[in-house]
Amino acid sequence: MEGASELAVHARPQAAPLLSAGVGWRRRAVNTAMTVLIGGAFALAMIPLFSLLFEVAKRGIPGLSVEFFTSDARGVVGGGGAAHAIAGTLIITAVAAAISVPIGIMAAVYLNEYGTGRLRRGLTFFVDVMTGIPSIVAGLFAYALFELFLGPGIRLGVMGSVALSVLMVPIVIRSAEEVLKIVPDHLREAAHALGTPKWRIVTKVVLPTAFAGLVTGVMIAVARIVGETAPLLVTTGVVDSMNTDPFNGRMQNLAVYAYNEYRSPGVMKQAAYDHAWAAALTLIAIVMVLNVLARVIYRRYKTEIR
Amino acid sequence: MGRVFSGTALAAALAVLCLLGGVAVFLLSEGLPALTAGASELPGGKSFVDYAAPLAFGTVLAAAIAALVAVPLAVAVALFITHVAPPRLALTLGYLVDLLAAIPSIVYGLWGIFVLGPAAVPAMEWLQARLGFLPFFEGPASATGRTMLVAGLVLAVMILPIVSAVAREAFAQAPRRLQEGAQALGATRWETIRMSVLPFGRSSVISGAMLGLGRALGETMAVTIILSVSGAVSFNLISQANPSTIAANIALDFPESSGLAINALIATGLVLFAITMATNMAARAIIGRQAGAR
Amino acid sequence: MSRFRWLAVTVFAAGLALGVVACGSSESGSGAGSSSGGLSGEFAGAGSTAQQAAQEAWIAEFENANSGVTISYDPVGSGGGREQFIAGGTAYAGSDAALSTEEGELEKAEKRCAPGELIEVPDYISPIAIVYNLPGVEGLKLDPETLAKIFNQEIASWNDAAIAKDNPGVELPDTRITPVNRSDESGTTENFTEYLSEVVPSVWTHEVSGDWPVKGGEAASGTSGVVEAVSAGEGAIGYADASQAGELSVAKIKVGGEWAEPSAAAAAKVLEESPLDKELSPTRNVIAYELDRKTESSGTYPIVLTSYLVACSRYGSASEAEAVKSYLEYVVSPEGQELAARQAGSAPLSPALAQKVAPAIESIEAG
Repeated sequence: MEGASELAVHARPQAAPLLSAGVGWRRRAVNTAMTVLIGGAFALAMIPLFSLLFEVAKRGIPGLSVEFFTSDARGVVGGGGAAHAIAGTLIITAVAAAISVPIGIMAAVYLNEYGTGRLRRGLTFFVDVMTGIPSIVAGLFAYALFELFLGPGIRLGVMGSVALSVLMVPIVIRSAEEVLKIVPDHLREAAHALGTPKWRIVTKVVLPTAFAGLVTGVMIAVARIVGETAPLLVTTGVVDSMNTDPFNGRMQNLAVYAYNEYRSPGVMKQAAYDHAWAAALTLIAIVMVLNVLARVIYRRYKTEIR
Repeated sequence: MGRVFSGTALAAALAVLCLLGGVAVFLLSEGLPALTAGASELPGGKSFVDYAAPLAFGTVLAAAIAALVAVPLAVAVALFITHVAPPRLALTLGYLVDLLAAIPSIVYGLWGIFVLGPAAVPAMEWLQARLGFLPFFEGPASATGRTMLVAGLVLAVMILPIVSAVAREAFAQAPRRLQEGAQALGATRWETIRMSVLPFGRSSVISGAMLGLGRALGETMAVTIILSVSGAVSFNLISQANPSTIAANIALDFPESSGLAINALIATGLVLFAITMATNMAARAIIGRQAGAR
Repeated sequence: MSRFRWLAVTVFAAGLALGVVACGSSESGSGAGSSSGGLSGEFAGAGSTAQQAAQEAWIAEFENANSGVTISYDPVGSGGGREQFIAGGTAYAGSDAALSTEEGELEKAEKRCAPGELIEVPDYISPIAIVYNLPGVEGLKLDPETLAKIFNQEIASWNDAAIAKDNPGVELPDTRITPVNRSDESGTTENFTEYLSEVVPSVWTHEVSGDWPVKGGEAASGTSGVVEAVSAGEGAIGYADASQAGELSVAKIKVGGEWAEPSAAAAAKVLEESPLDKELSPTRNVIAYELDRKTESSGTYPIVLTSYLVACSRYGSASEAEAVKSYLEYVVSPEGQELAARQAGSAPLSPALAQKVAPAIESIEAG
């Protein structure tokens, strides 16, 4: 038996003292060099992060206020708040996730567990190619789709969600597929040997094992789309007033709001810029909260493979 | 019940196929008029090939810079979090890297022109002075820093979290037996990583790289804001005359376009389709070749 | 299995809460309530980004006075605005260029408005300033030929003889000139290139279009982009909406014998002195101008952008027609134009122009 196996958070080899005398200086030097390189890479990656966060905070905090969070911009020139934009972002993202996540994960299950032949190849092909679709094209597609059924000039919150789903689905599928692939076959085989039907193997063995990784994949996809501007510009439109119904009328969101404030600040330039940065800061905060939630879930459900 | 479940999975797969296939149909039907039109009808009076080629070149160049910088960095970051850093910090560090993905693309664009661009100007001038004989650094170095190099670097930062997250998942799941075995034989930490962890994670890293590359190829807002788009095909990374990318070109021209010009823009979307398809097929081929390694 | 139960419950509860909020709010949501002005309804406009700030200001004030009306303006760009109007998706459009006879745009718009008539009037005039970044040099003077040569990249450094000739006594450094242009297709570019090709056709031989024709300069997206780029680069010079120039130095351009600065009054005067474009103004309610860029009169500044309002004289419902008419009347009224001048930096329509424009709006059949 392997002794007290704590479910460690991650795999981390400890230096083994068994044959330390046998580790020549050259190999040690390489080891040290690579460790420094790897540590240095991490530090390098942190520089832009802190620079970005610093800049957004520095420029965005002046724009924050109670008004920013509680009132919309209806009837106010060059001022007002962004509550309508915040609500819009949350609603549009939630609807997009509701569309993409179930479909994406089930499709990944199909690809990895059931799929054979032409459908599998066709789907893989499309998913691969769609990871590169420009966000504005996704928006144009969603607009064309709704225009087909509802006539020209239509603008709805749910159109934005559909456009974002087009962007999310390939990411969810690709990352879910990777995570499902990593679940070792011996787990499946063991369950199979016990006579478990296939669907139960998937739901009771594969998915729970992969659960934490699936959450990470979904988080990546959500983070990808929450700050998207281009597709929403052509689908959800621009509006000053609060609207919480995604199936009726235009809906504002933080990304488009920030972009508009930056692009057309009017005469009160600084106030508009402050609003834009404050909206960006709020967006980042929303994703941070979602990320924390995902991390909590991850920690609770992470299983390690021996 | 088994049928219900597998049926649901199949239905989901078909639904996705319909959705993504629908996008392909859209691109084809809207883009076709431009592909078949003569040079005189298209914007700029050039044939479609002349119109799209510089855009395709710019797209690939920017994405290549991004991938070349981001993938090694992401692998190193993932290794750091899973194998070098103290275990207790791992979640927090992972969270920090994932935070890069939380930042909206407009903010990346604005950061590029306000912070990175001006900061890069001295570096680009140095590159022109010392390495100016290379076509990449011919210069003259831009005064504002809004160059292909800076755009590529910003894209690299944008795709870093995607590649790193996928790599992290794989490295964390590398079988401990293999690693412990290596240590038992006296391997150093780096050797253990090199022998047991990296090979295990290779296909995931490539998949992650493809996801990241896809993002870089299709990124619209950041490139639109940063890049000084005013040139033809050129490898010059530090000047103000850069070719545009397909996505940025659509965003820049779509608002004021009408009629055949819009069809031309969508047709360039088709070209991007083809580019993404080619790179993904290459990646799948590479992964496929080591299918036995798992 | 029970591990996931709390997760499932949480997700379900969140979804339920969101649904309740959405349903609840849509009751009290957009527009339909008793209004102070008696007007009610919802309509949309789309188009020019140049007009965006002004449209936002007009909408805000109008909605304040008429709480029963909800208006939205999508700054999708002039091309998109015209297309959406023609397709019937919007009630009005903002366009930096008058509807053209190319691809039958004018006829299609007339068809959309049938059995009513097409209305097109200028509602937004803005001077385009030539901004530059040259520390220590104030009040730079440039004549049109020098200006064209700079943007055509024929003059490479600031201490060139052509520039020095018009700026005696000013110490010009030998910094490299970085001309900044728009990377996106824009009405500002179209108007600027139109000015250059009409006034100095020997130097500026490029075709007039919304896409900047000269390769190799510094390109930035949007007016803010140009302003940021000029601010960031020493030796940079660019063209941008005067209201966005901010702290940047503005050059004086030679008009006739004088050195003109961009100002609201000077811009409006150009429009006053310009004739109607006969080809693009077939009916009495379509008022499209052919700007006289070559004007030499005193007090004018010919580098201007004129943006138009496109509407119909008849709409589907009486209440929509009433609301649209009331809004458009406000837009072209002195109060509306003053508001736009304050909030967006545009030039208000001169009284003479306002008189010409008002009857076209009046022709909207309401009630």
